[in-house]
Amino acid sequence: MMVLYINGNQRQFEQVNMSVANLIQLLGLEGKRLAIERNGEIVPRGLFTETTLASEDKLEIVGAVGGG
Amino acid sequence: MTMHQLKIAEQTYHSRLLVGTGKYKDFAQTKAAIDASGAQIVTVAIRRTNIGQNAGEPSLLEVLPPSEYTYLPNTAGCYSADEAVRTLRLARELLDGHKLVKLEVLGDPHTLYPNVVETIDAAKTLIQDGFDVMVYTSDDPIIAKQLEDIGCCAIMPLASLIGSGMGILNPWNLQIIIDNAKVPVLVDAGVGTASDAAIAMELGCDGILMNTAIAGAKDPILMASAMKKAVEAGREAFLAGRMPKKHYSASPSSPTTGLIT
Repeated sequence: MMVLYINGNQRQFEQVNMSVANLIQLLGLEGKRLAIERNGEIVPRGLFTETTLASEDKLEIVGAVGGG
Repeated sequence: MTMHQLKIAEQTYHSRLLVGTGKYKDFAQTKAAIDASGAQIVTVAIRRTNIGQNAGEPSLLEVLPPSEYTYLPNTAGCYSADEAVRTLRLARELLDGHKLVKLEVLGDPHTLYPNVVETIDAAKTLIQDGFDVMVYTSDDPIIAKQLEDIGCCAIMPLASLIGSGMGILNPWNLQIIIDNAKVPVLVDAGVGTASDAAIAMELGCDGILMNTAIAGAKDPILMASAMKKAVEAGREAFLAGRMPKKHYSASPSSPTTGLIT
C-alpha cells in the first residue's frame, strides 16, 4: 500500500514499487501530453519508466489548457 | 514584405496579432476564431490535469497542434516569481524543451495588475535558465526598459486591465516605451474592439496580444477577422506615416481654382 498526493488530492494505491509510467497507465493518462513534478522536481518524460515512486510523494501532473 | 514581419527571439512571423485560447464556448470555436485571426502565436495556460475525469476528451494540444502554431505558455494566475518560474519549467517539459514563454506575475486578484518587482525577479531567473521571455508589464517606461536590459525578448505593456476591454488608456506612456525599446513592444491586455487594436498599431507597437476582445464578442469568429484587419491596417498606417494634424486650420482637398461663378 502506498499513499500519493496527486494534484493536491490524497490517493491510495495497492501497488508498491510503482514507476511514474505505471502510475500514468493506472490513471488512464497514457498517450496524453503532460508534465510531471515529483516533490518539486520535474521528472523528464524519458525517465518515467525508471523513476520509482515512494509513499507520501507529492506529484503535480499538468497539461496545457485554454488561456490568454 | 519584410517590413511587415514581426521578429521575436530570432523567429519571424507574418502575423502581428497574437491570441489567447481561453474563454471560448468549445474547442471548435477556439480553432475557428484563431484561424480567422490569422495568428501564428497562441497563448496557453498550464493547469493540473483532471485525474479520472473525462479521460477520453480531446486536449487543446490535439485541437491546435504545436506543429502548426507557436505555443506561448503563460503564467496566468501566478502571484510570485517562484510560482511563475515553476510553471514555465513545467511548460518547457510539457512542450518538449520549448523556450518561448509569456511571463506575467500578478499583484492583485481584483485588477490583475502586474507585480513588476516579482516580474523582474522571475525574468532574471528564466533568462539565466535559457528561456526566451515575452513579459507582461505595466505601462511604466522605466520598468519596461529594465525588463529589456535584463534580456526579455519582447516587452508587453498593458493598454488597460486584463479582460476589461477598456482600450488604450495611456497612449503617451505606450509611446515612450515604444520609442525607447530595441526589442518588440506588444500591447497585451485591454483591447476591446478593432479600433483599439488599430490605435495601438498606429502608435508603432510591433504587435498585439488579446484574448477576451475576441472570445468575449457576440460573434468571436467575425471579431477575430476584424482584429486581423485592424492590426494590419494600423501597421500600414504607422508605416505610411500619418499626415500632420493641423489644429483649427482646414485645408481643402479639391482645387481652389476653376470654380464656376
